Amino acid sequence: MSGAGSGDLGARFVGALERAGFDFFTGVPCSLLKTVWQRLEAMPADRYVSAVREDSALGIAAGAYLGGKKPVVMMQNSGLGVSMNALASLHLLYDVPVLVVASWRGEGGTGGIPEGSTGPKGFVDAPEHWGMGDTTHGYFGLLKMPFVLLDPEGLEEQVVAMAHEMERTRKPVAIIVRKGLFEGSH
Amino acid sequence: MKRFDAVKRTIERAPDSLVVCCNGMIGREGWTAGDRPGHFYMIGSMGLASSVALGLALAQPAKRVLCVDGDGNVLMGLGALASVGAAAPKNLYHVCLDNEAHGSTGDQATITSKVELDKIAAACGYVRVARATDEASLERGLEVLLGGPGPAFLLVKVERGNVKGIGRVELTPRQLTDRARAEATR
Repeated sequence: MSGAGSGDLGARFVGALERAGFDFFTGVPCSLLKTVWQRLEAMPADRYVSAVREDSALGIAAGAYLGGKKPVVMMQNSGLGVSMNALASLHLLYDVPVLVVASWRGEGGTGGIPEGSTGPKGFVDAPEHWGMGDTTHGYFGLLKMPFVLLDPEGLEEQVVAMAHEMERTRKPVAIIVRKGLFEGSH
Repeated sequence: MKRFDAVKRTIERAPDSLVVCCNGMIGREGWTAGDRPGHFYMIGSMGLASSVALGLALAQPAKRVLCVDGDGNVLMGLGALASVGAAAPKNLYHVCLDNEAHGSTGDQATITSKVELDKIAAACGYVRVARATDEASLERGLEVLLGGPGPAFLLVKVERGNVKGIGRVELTPRQLTDRARAEATR
């Protein structure tokens, strides 16, 4: 894992998104996306909008697309539930593309205890994330949304590939972010 | 005052605007009252019209964006009022047709007989807020709404019930997206 370089990784990710043409960012934060968010918050007010809820973020992103932008919506995977209606009846229905970047809290659900587990009673993550941690991929599967697990080694190539897929299909696509990439040093 | 007449008058008063109509009867009334290429009609995603309008307004700051919304929609997406107030786009104008009912599903009561949406908008930071209850106050309200920079909010109290002869949007969702984006980025 990237360790000391994880702060730079957030900048690398946002840089890769911007180089791939993404020019409008909104969403609801997650601790797993902390160093990414530091970059978002440094952006001008018309480039990053702090949303109050994930479905509203998707609505804002759809509006930005209508206005000529290429949007990204970032969120914790706990926001996927409230996102389903917007993705189904707005983005998928209207052919409005968006890149969803979702963190993966609760990876592993209640099972298996990976190295470095910090959750209560040795579980993988805090209890509120067990359910979503187990089903995160399933939300994208239900909507037939292409997704990748972000790989720090091939991050730039993945971003370019997902941007290309999004533009080819004019449908929403997703990047899932595992724990440990963008959490910074504390 | 009938909701259709209020929708029609509102659209007539802002002919050079990009218009986002919420889902349900209001969108169909916007279509019937006088469709234009800059009109975007939500057919799903209840509650997200104001979020879409916010994204569009931020993406196209030189163009006036009018959101034609309903009380059920504003209540469902209430958090977006806070986002609009915080982002404070000067080109966003928000009209809420308030019949205190879910008019598209059989006039079941909403809660706006007790909750004053114009006061919420003002508290969220909309810079001008007005209320209309009849044709004369609608004219004055539209003057206030459009009489300066936004974000501005106009609450229009209307009768329950639907007028006869309201059509359905005859464009596909993708066509709506394409023409709205073309118009917004022209």
